[in-house]
Amino acid sequence: MLDILKILWNMLPSTLMIVAPILIAATGGMICERAGVVNIALEGLMSIGAMAAATTHVLLETSIGFSIPLAFFIAAVMGGLFALIHAFASITLRADQVISGTGINLLANGITVFFCQLLFRMDRTQNYHMGTKSGFGGAYPTAWLALIILVAAWFTLYRRPWGLRLRAAGEHPQALASAGVNVIKIRYIAVVISGVLAGIAGACIVLTQDIQFTVSTINGKGFIALAAVSFGRWLPLGILGSSFLFGASSALAVNIINIDALKSLPSEIFSMLPYVITLVTLVIFSGKDYAPRASGQPYDKGKS
Amino acid sequence: MPKLKDRILEVFTGSDGLVSVAVVILGFLVGTILILLVGRNPAGMYSAILQVVSGWDLRRGTQNMRYIGEWIVASMPLILCGLSMGFAARTGLFNIGAEGQYVAGLTAAQFVALYFPQVPGLHWLMAILAAIIAGAVWGGIVGFLKARFSVSEVVATIMMNYIAQYGSRILTMRIPGTNTFQTPPLPVTSRLSSPFLEAVTNNSRLNYGLFLTIAAVLFYWIIMGRTRLGYSLRATGLNKEAARYGGISVNTSITTAMAIAGAFAGLAGAIVSLGSFSAGRVLSVQDGYGFDGIAVALVGNSSAWGTALSGLLFGMLKSAQPLMQSRQIPKEITSIIMGLVVVFISLRAGVRIIIEWQMKEKARKAQNAATAGASEGGHHA
Repeated sequence: MLDILKILWNMLPSTLMIVAPILIAATGGMICERAGVVNIALEGLMSIGAMAAATTHVLLETSIGFSIPLAFFIAAVMGGLFALIHAFASITLRADQVISGTGINLLANGITVFFCQLLFRMDRTQNYHMGTKSGFGGAYPTAWLALIILVAAWFTLYRRPWGLRLRAAGEHPQALASAGVNVIKIRYIAVVISGVLAGIAGACIVLTQDIQFTVSTINGKGFIALAAVSFGRWLPLGILGSSFLFGASSALAVNIINIDALKSLPSEIFSMLPYVITLVTLVIFSGKDYAPRASGQPYDKGKS
Repeated sequence: MPKLKDRILEVFTGSDGLVSVAVVILGFLVGTILILLVGRNPAGMYSAILQVVSGWDLRRGTQNMRYIGEWIVASMPLILCGLSMGFAARTGLFNIGAEGQYVAGLTAAQFVALYFPQVPGLHWLMAILAAIIAGAVWGGIVGFLKARFSVSEVVATIMMNYIAQYGSRILTMRIPGTNTFQTPPLPVTSRLSSPFLEAVTNNSRLNYGLFLTIAAVLFYWIIMGRTRLGYSLRATGLNKEAARYGGISVNTSITTAMAIAGAFAGLAGAIVSLGSFSAGRVLSVQDGYGFDGIAVALVGNSSAWGTALSGLLFGMLKSAQPLMQSRQIPKEITSIIMGLVVVFISLRAGVRIIIEWQMKEKARKAQNAATAGASEGGHHA
């Protein structure tokens, strides 16, 4: 038992490395859904962020000293820009949010590799020499970044009037509109924030867990983040817990060969765990509806 | 005489088929511009597409039927996954889970292929049946959870996709003689390969899956449009409350629809595995047919024949990829066109909004004119 605890403790830095991007993307997903827009495009937006970050870093690594922060910034901008497509389609045009999100996911699959083909003449970016270095306590700075983002999100959502308005936009947009607030503007900002955060999350993944961007860099982590939002019941503390659980489970899948007690199990069991847990909790807590009430519905001024 | 702009708007709201044609043309247009922007010749894309659908290689002046065969092979799983998505959509459900149902079908088919007695004729039939059942169960679970516990089918199907993917690996890796990417060879009696179809198409991988796909399209058409079941499913999709009032069991409809949807995707899994591959597959990433199926169904308007056509369209793009690459066109342009087409489908809602706004403007102007006229009249009196 002690051995296992020790192994888990030693795994903590790599667990945090995996948790950070899930938590950042899930925070964005939570903000977006609390404002009433479902964003299943997280996966694609993370992919775009990862590609943008890797490209920036590869091209500038040797010529400037701050290519990593710049890579994060470009990833955030690209994520936000692509999220605008989702915002325009699902808010202004009142299109089905799931269709528009699916469109972005498909588009991201093509666009990321397309640009790699143009820039590097292959279907991935070139390797870079050194990604983000680990810092205090062996953990990557991305873990701290994730924590800061989560706390900022909590503070804005629950301690600022704007956060109250954002939550109202996802619960009862018509009531909010009758109080003279521009629901459409709030939803736009929320979707763009989720795109920015997804872009940053993608940059975290590629710059800590990889040495280049490939089409499988994200490989379902956007959908894990989406699961973390549901499992965390759309609450900041909830998604902190669920992201941690899912991250630990992914870390176990990678490290399973080092743990004698679990060695005989297929590692896929741990990869599968987040999805099973989310499905089971959705069933168990199905009686009470934790999801924002207007989430997934286009905002229609005429409806009451 | 209505203005041209009004006519275009009318077309957009009037006919589903024309909208699909318009968004596809728009997708190709943007794709073409993108190719031009990066300094390549778009003719390469179109000549690759021509070669896929007709076999004609313009550069060499030769004709090879194999391309046509491969085009149809690539289209079959897309059509079936499109039917899966469409069947659920007609019942008002969003099935993102065709991928997982496809994997469930593929896995079941492979197990029957490897372990069922090798009886000619019966073997492949049992493998196909197992795949259909596995897909139906995989989809049906989500339908049941939606009907009984009102769990969102969007989230549930995404979760089921990954459970299927990893579950399939766990199970398949236990088969003796399996390495990380394939199982031992599948027995000939379980395979769908057809010497005749291969011969007509110059040794393409075209197989009996063709007839199964045609049968599935016919089945969809008959069930949706010609039966009582189809009627109650469509009624549930159009208006749940009205359907309930009309005596239709909405919960049963939801579970049935998801199960049938899953059956289509499960069949796709079997056809890919037993038709195109000589050994069972250990999946490490998703094949993507499920997500492509969403695009297929959206462009096909979830109708049987529309989905078949749009499946052929996307299959054409898919099988043109290697040819494009050889003509210096990045093959990802096809995924970009697919993604754009889905995003453009949102335009449809946008056009409705423009029309509503125009009508309101017209009404406002008419009212303004009327009040102006009335006040003028009052003045004279």
